Amino acid sequence: MEVFLEAFVTAFTLIFNLDAALFEIVGLSLKISVTSLIVASIIGFPIGVFLAITRFSGRSILISIFNSLMGMPPVVVGLIVYLLVSRSGPLGWLEILYTPYAMILAQLFLILPIIISLSTQIFEELHKEYKDFFIIFSVPPKKSVTTYISDSKDSLITIFLAGFGRAVSEVGAVIIVGGNIDHVTRVMTTTIALETSKGDLPLALALGIILLSISLIINVIANRMKIKINKEING
Amino acid sequence: MKNYLNKLILIIIFIFPSSILGKDVLLQSTTSTKNSGFYSYILPIFKNETGINVKVVAVGTGQAIRNAKNCDADILIVHAKSDEEAFVENGYGIKRHNLMYNDFVILGPSEDPAEISNSKSAEEALNSISNLEYGFISRGDNSGTHKKEKNLWKNAQIEISYYSGKWYKETGSGMGTTLNIAAELNAYTLSDRATWITFKNKKDLKILFEGDKNLFNQYGAILVNPEKCPYTNVKESKIFLNWLLSKNGQETIQKYKVNGIQLFYPNAN
Repeated sequence: MEVFLEAFVTAFTLIFNLDAALFEIVGLSLKISVTSLIVASIIGFPIGVFLAITRFSGRSILISIFNSLMGMPPVVVGLIVYLLVSRSGPLGWLEILYTPYAMILAQLFLILPIIISLSTQIFEELHKEYKDFFIIFSVPPKKSVTTYISDSKDSLITIFLAGFGRAVSEVGAVIIVGGNIDHVTRVMTTTIALETSKGDLPLALALGIILLSISLIINVIANRMKIKINKEING
Repeated sequence: MKNYLNKLILIIIFIFPSSILGKDVLLQSTTSTKNSGFYSYILPIFKNETGINVKVVAVGTGQAIRNAKNCDADILIVHAKSDEEAFVENGYGIKRHNLMYNDFVILGPSEDPAEISNSKSAEEALNSISNLEYGFISRGDNSGTHKKEKNLWKNAQIEISYYSGKWYKETGSGMGTTLNIAAELNAYTLSDRATWITFKNKKDLKILFEGDKNLFNQYGAILVNPEKCPYTNVKESKIFLNWLLSKNGQETIQKYKVNGIQLFYPNAN
């Protein structure tokens, strides 16, 4: 039990001493995960709308594929991205292995299926309501996409959180493609793995507590935004 | 849309500038050298003298060599001599240099149920553990330490794979994780001395057998061959290797101590 107590003490000491190494690691974690989330949203939401409003053969298979990709083991994603960006791989010339870019790419693969699958569901519901309206007023497709996205803001926040949670908490993929290099690709989860392997369990757990606190803060902020949006919609 | 994408890519590059600027040396190495704090000690000294930044990826020797074969390294520092020589022979590396050494130790529960501390050789110690069928935790990950351990079982004429999953357990993990498991199960295991000294979750484990010449642990350094790997950063990594092998570099290795104990003994020739 004393390891838990020690972990809490360590966590608080690190935070209140404004530990520079800790802030560097937390900052990098957030930067990488937020970036991959933004990129995944820009790619994922339009695909979600497209899958929701169009009908073509193979559509349901495509949706099933994205659904099952949500459960893809991160370490497999890491391996695939590694083979792609390795200096001997097809994207080797980019020279992004062991940089944050490779980690963003890996996280992109991890959260894109979540964004596409969940948003398809939400947009499908919305489409049932809006379909006739759009046909009557002959709204152009581009406009309908933006309407769907802006009218489901509160649900999209939930998707953001799901995607962000998967990205920031994941270790298997980013440790392979990032290499856990000090000051370059060392993030919260890879630090936790490293400290565990050094046998420094209190420090590892302390970092876990900090990671959890950050998630909690982000979730609270997101929920407030959701409540605000709902109020606006409901007048 | 295209315009936005370009802007986005520029913004992303702007957020992570450090990884684009400058030619760093990419070093594939073992967890034993990294976890013992060796690189956090020696790399800043090297950077101070030359201005060159070295990035370390620490994995097991087997994986480090595999990554280097994929050209994902400029220089390799590992500890499995025959594999290193094969790496050079097959044209992946330029030349193998002795860099430094320490030794392996056999750890176990402090009451030492198999009484290996009285053993005269590593083989005898392993035979005592095997006769008692007492728990032994193996790396099982093709690392340098794992290879050394398999050799020791072979020398002791024990067909160890037969016992895998029974009293002999292969973790398939790094040294630290394996030590955590050995400490939890209070079992015997083989570790390099540097990782053991710096490991913090020792619980009831202690060194029970050491000093056999078969427990010698030699680290070698190899530059990756630019003929096989055109993206290799030859210039800076050569400076790094020459520095490590120089009198100055070797003295710096000599001076590294944790809790007053020297972890690595330089022996470049």
